[in-house]
Amino acid sequence: MSLTQDQVRRIALLARLKLEESEFDDVVDKLSRIVDFVDQLQAAPTEGVVPMAHPLDQAQRLRPDAVTEQIDRDAIQVNAPAVKDGFYLVPKVLG
Amino acid sequence: MSAWETVIGLEIHMQLATVSKIFSGAATAYGAEPNTQASLIDLGYPGVLPVLNAEAVRMACKFGLAVNASIASRSVFARKNYFYPDLPKGYQISQYELPIVSRGELLILDDDGREKRVGITRAHLEEDAGKSLHAGSDEFSRIDLNRAGTPLLEIVSDPDLRSPKEAVAYMRKIHTLVRYLGISDGNMQEGSFRCDANVSIRRRGQQTLGTRTELKNLNSFRFVEKAINFEIERQREVLEDGNTVVQETRLYDADLDETRAMRTKEEANDYRYFPDPDLLPVEIDEAFIRSVRDSLPELPDAKRQRFVAQYDIRQADAEILTMSRATADYFEAVAAGTDARLAANWVLGDLSAALNRDGLEIEQSRIPPEQLAGLLERIADKTISGKIAKDVFEGMWAGEGSASEIIEARGLRQITDSSAIEAVVDAVIAAHSGQVAEYRAGKDKLIGFFVGQVMKDTRGKANPAEVNRILKERLKG
Amino acid sequence: MSEEAGALHVRTVAELARGVREGEFTASELTEALLERIRGLNEDLNAFITVTAEQALAVATAADRARNSGSAPPLNGVPIVHKDLFCTSGVLTTCGSRMLANFVPPYDATVVQRLTNAGAVTLGKTNMDEFAMGSSNETSWFGPVANPWDTSRSPGGSSGGSAAAVAARLVPAATGTDTGGSIRQPAALTGTVGLKPTYGRVSRHGMVAFASSLDQAGVITRSAEDAAMLLGVIAGFDERDSTCLDRPVPDYVAGLRRPLKGLKIGIVRQHFDEGLDPQCASRIRAALDVLRDEGASLREVDLPNLALSVPTYYVVAPAECSSNMSRFDGVRFGYRADSPEDLLDLYCRSRGEGFGAEVRRRILTGTYVLSAGYYDAYYLKAQKVRQLINQDFRNAFGDVDVIAGPTAPTTAFALGEKTDDPITMYLNDIYTIGANLAGLPAISLPCGFAGKLPVGLHLVGPHFAEERILNVAHQYQLLTDWHRACPEGFA
Repeated sequence: MSLTQDQVRRIALLARLKLEESEFDDVVDKLSRIVDFVDQLQAAPTEGVVPMAHPLDQAQRLRPDAVTEQIDRDAIQVNAPAVKDGFYLVPKVLG
Repeated sequence: MSAWETVIGLEIHMQLATVSKIFSGAATAYGAEPNTQASLIDLGYPGVLPVLNAEAVRMACKFGLAVNASIASRSVFARKNYFYPDLPKGYQISQYELPIVSRGELLILDDDGREKRVGITRAHLEEDAGKSLHAGSDEFSRIDLNRAGTPLLEIVSDPDLRSPKEAVAYMRKIHTLVRYLGISDGNMQEGSFRCDANVSIRRRGQQTLGTRTELKNLNSFRFVEKAINFEIERQREVLEDGNTVVQETRLYDADLDETRAMRTKEEANDYRYFPDPDLLPVEIDEAFIRSVRDSLPELPDAKRQRFVAQYDIRQADAEILTMSRATADYFEAVAAGTDARLAANWVLGDLSAALNRDGLEIEQSRIPPEQLAGLLERIADKTISGKIAKDVFEGMWAGEGSASEIIEARGLRQITDSSAIEAVVDAVIAAHSGQVAEYRAGKDKLIGFFVGQVMKDTRGKANPAEVNRILKERLKG
Repeated sequence: MSEEAGALHVRTVAELARGVREGEFTASELTEALLERIRGLNEDLNAFITVTAEQALAVATAADRARNSGSAPPLNGVPIVHKDLFCTSGVLTTCGSRMLANFVPPYDATVVQRLTNAGAVTLGKTNMDEFAMGSSNETSWFGPVANPWDTSRSPGGSSGGSAAAVAARLVPAATGTDTGGSIRQPAALTGTVGLKPTYGRVSRHGMVAFASSLDQAGVITRSAEDAAMLLGVIAGFDERDSTCLDRPVPDYVAGLRRPLKGLKIGIVRQHFDEGLDPQCASRIRAALDVLRDEGASLREVDLPNLALSVPTYYVVAPAECSSNMSRFDGVRFGYRADSPEDLLDLYCRSRGEGFGAEVRRRILTGTYVLSAGYYDAYYLKAQKVRQLINQDFRNAFGDVDVIAGPTAPTTAFALGEKTDDPITMYLNDIYTIGANLAGLPAISLPCGFAGKLPVGLHLVGPHFAEERILNVAHQYQLLTDWHRACPEGFA
C-alpha cells in the first residue's frame, strides 16, 4: 500500500522531522515499500490472541517513596545547548 | 434558562503528596531553584529508565476506596506522545486503557439541597510536566523541569453535573476528601490541585449531548463557577443565534471574566497511545487493598454524621467542623474535656475568629485543645461567666498561661456567693431609687440597667444568673 | 582450553586475566600493547569513535596496584571496549549519531559499571549503526566500519565496531547491544562469538534505548568461555531498570563443562530455503554433524510463523523507537539547529539534521503504525503475531533443548551493496529476529568459512538458558578451531 505525499507530510509533522524537498519523493517511496512489506501481517491468524507487550510475565516492581537523588544541575547542564540562570531556553512560545 | 440544560464534567489533576517523584528519586518539594529537582530521569536523558513509586500507587488506591470505586487488579502505563518544551521525553507516562481506579461515586447536594450521586468515571496515575515561563523575554521561553515527574492523579467525573454550583460542590468535596486522606495538600495557588471543566448545553429533554468545550486555567472554586457561568451564557447565545458550538479548548481570563479560545495553530494532537515498554503492568492483590483500606481515616461524611449523633450538635455546625481533619480532630479533643456543644460554639466562634485574625491554620492554634477545654470547664463549673471567659481566652491566646492560671492571676473568679451579691444589689437599689420606682411602675426593661450596675460594681465577676435572680427578688418590693 | 602462550593480542579474556594475575605481564603493558595496535590498525577499520588512551592507562596502573596488593577482582587488567550506545561517565557517547556527537553523559551504564568494578580496562567506544538501527554499520555519522576479513566488506551491524575490534584482535572483548540481531549478525560476519542474553537478564540502565521491549545488552568475544565469564559479571538485578529481573545469576563458567551427550537440537525446517547461501548452509550442516557425533540428537522443529518475524519486528521496533527518539529535540542536550525561527523549526530542524536517513525512516514508520486509524491494524496486530512467534518457540522447546541454524543468510556483503533498498537490509535479520521478539537467549559462534569469509552458527535456548547455549558453544569450540582463525593482516 503506497503512502500519499500528504500522509508523509502529516507523519513528518507529528514526528517533528523536517524533510528536504529533494529527498521527499525518496522518503515516500521507501516508506511505502516498508509499509507494503509489513502489510503481510494482515493475513496472520490472530483471532483471540493476546498481544505480547513484554517478553516477561512479571509485575512492575514498586520503589519506596524517598528522595535518593542529589542533583548537580551545573554538571548536567554542561550538555545543554542553551541555558540561562538554570533555565533551558527555547524560542518564545506563543499562545 | 429553563429551556436549556447544562451538562458539566470535571477533570481534576491533583499532585500526590509523595516526597519523591513518581518515576524517580528526585524531591517534589515546591519552590526550589530551577532545574535543581530534575533528575536525569525527569530530564528524559538517554539511557535512564522509570521506576514506580509505591506510595503513589497506595495513594491512588486510597482515593479509589474512598469513592467506592473499583481498584484494577492489573493496570498499565501508556505513553501519550506529543512535543512541548515542558515535556522532556516527548511523551507523558500516563494510563490509558487500563487505569488503576474506575467507576467510583461521590454524593453532593444539588442546587435544591437534595442529595445527588455524581459518578467518577476513572482516576489514573500519570506524571506532571515541567513549567514554561513565557514572560521576561521576547526571544525565549524559559523551561524549568523541577515539576516534571511529580505524580498526578487525574480524576474524571461522569458528565453528571448540571450547574456551576454543583460543579463547585463536587470539586470542594473532592478537595476536602483528598486532604482528609492525606494524599494531596490541595494547594490551588501552587498548582497541586487543578481543574478543567467540560461544558455543553442542550435543549431540556434532549437525550444526546451538545458539543462541549473544555475550559482550562480554573485555579479557584470561584473561578470555576464564574467560568462555567460565562461559558453557558456564551454557548446559549451561539445556539440561539442559529450557529453551532465549536469543540475547542478555552482559557478562562479572571480579569475580564470571560473564556477565550486557545490560540494553538497546531493540528489536533494524535497522541499515539501505546503501553510503555519500560514499565510492567501494576498488579494489586486483595492483601494490598485490605492494607490500604485498613489505613483509611474516618471519611468526612461519616465523621459529620457521627458528630451530629454523638455530640448532639447541629448539622450545619458539624459540616463546618468536619471540613478539615485538623479542625475535626481539634474539636474532638476539646469535646473530650468538656460539653460538646460549648466546644462547638467556641471552636466555630472565638477560636475561628482568632485564627483568622492572625492568619493561622488550626494546626498552629496558640491554644491547644486541652487548654481550651480547660477554659470551657471553668464556665461550666461557674468559676467564671461566658463573658469573662472571652477575656481569659485572649489572655491564653497571648500566652499568659492556662485558664486557671489567668483567672487566679487576674482575680477573675466569679462571685456566686448569694450574700455577697445581695449586698451589692442592695447597695445599687439604694443608690438608684428613681429607676427603682420606674421599674416597679412597669418599666421592665430597666432590669438591664440594674444588672449593668451590679456588674460594674463587681467588675463583671458576679454570676449573671444569680444577679438576675436576686435583683428581681429585691426589686419586687 | 588451550594453555599455549601467544602474543598478547591473540589471547582470550580468560588467558589475559590469568596472565595479569600470575604476573606474566602487567596490566599497563597489556593496555599499552593493545593501544599501540589500535593506533596502527584502526584506521583501516574505523572500528572506534573514541579511544580513551589516557584514562585506560590510569586504570591499568591502578589494576597493577590492586594485583600487587593481592586483592584484585576477577577481570583485573583485562582490556575491553564498549559500543558507543552505552553511557560512559565523562566520556563522549555518540550512539553513532550527529545528534549526540558532543554528548558527554554524567553517569555510567550499569553494564559499564559492573565491568569496571570487575577490573576491566576500557580502551574506548566503538563505532555502530546510528542509534543501533542497521545491519551493516553503514549508517554511522562517523563513517562505516570495515570487516577485518575483507575491508571492502561490512562487518555487519549494528555492533559492527565492537565485532571488528574483537575480530581484528584489537581487544579481547567488547560489549554490544542486540535488538534484532545486532550482536549476533556482526559476530557471524566477523568470525567472533556474539551473545544476546534473555530479555531482562542484563540491565538496560545507561543503554540508550532503541526498541525497549527488544533491546538487550550482550558481549562479543572470541570464545564462549569468555562470553560466559563476562555474562557472569554483567548479569543480574538492577533496581534502576524495571524490566531487569531479580533472578539469581548462575556460574556460567562452571556450566560450560557439561557434555553434549543427550542434547536435543532442533533444526528449523523453514531455515534451509533458497534465502540461505548454499555454502553457508553446508558449513552449518557440517557444524551440526560435529555436535551429533558428540552425542547430540538432531530433529526437525517447526516455527510456522517464522516468515512473519521480520515484518513483525519492523512494526514493533520502529514504533517503540519513534517514541524513544522524541527526547532528542535540541532543548536539554544533543544537536540543536542554528538560529531556529520558532519552536516548531527548532524541533523539526534539530531532528531532521541531527538524525540520519535510516533513523528518520524508522521514526516515520513508527509514527505511522501508532497513529490514529492504524494502531489496530499495525501495532496491535504485530504484538499479536509476536505472541504467536513466542508460542512457536515454546512449542518447539517442548521437544528440544536448543534450536540451531544459520545466524545470517550470507557471509559479509560489500559495503554499499545493500544500502539502496531497506527491505533487503532488513532481511539480513531473518534468523536472529525471532529470539528478540520472544526475548530468548541466543549466541552466534564461528563454524567455518565460505570462501574466505566466516560463517556463524546460531543457537537459541529457552528463557534463561544462557548456561545451556554457552555450554554447547564451548563444547563445540573444544572440538574445532574456527574461533582461533585470525584475519590476514591482523595476526
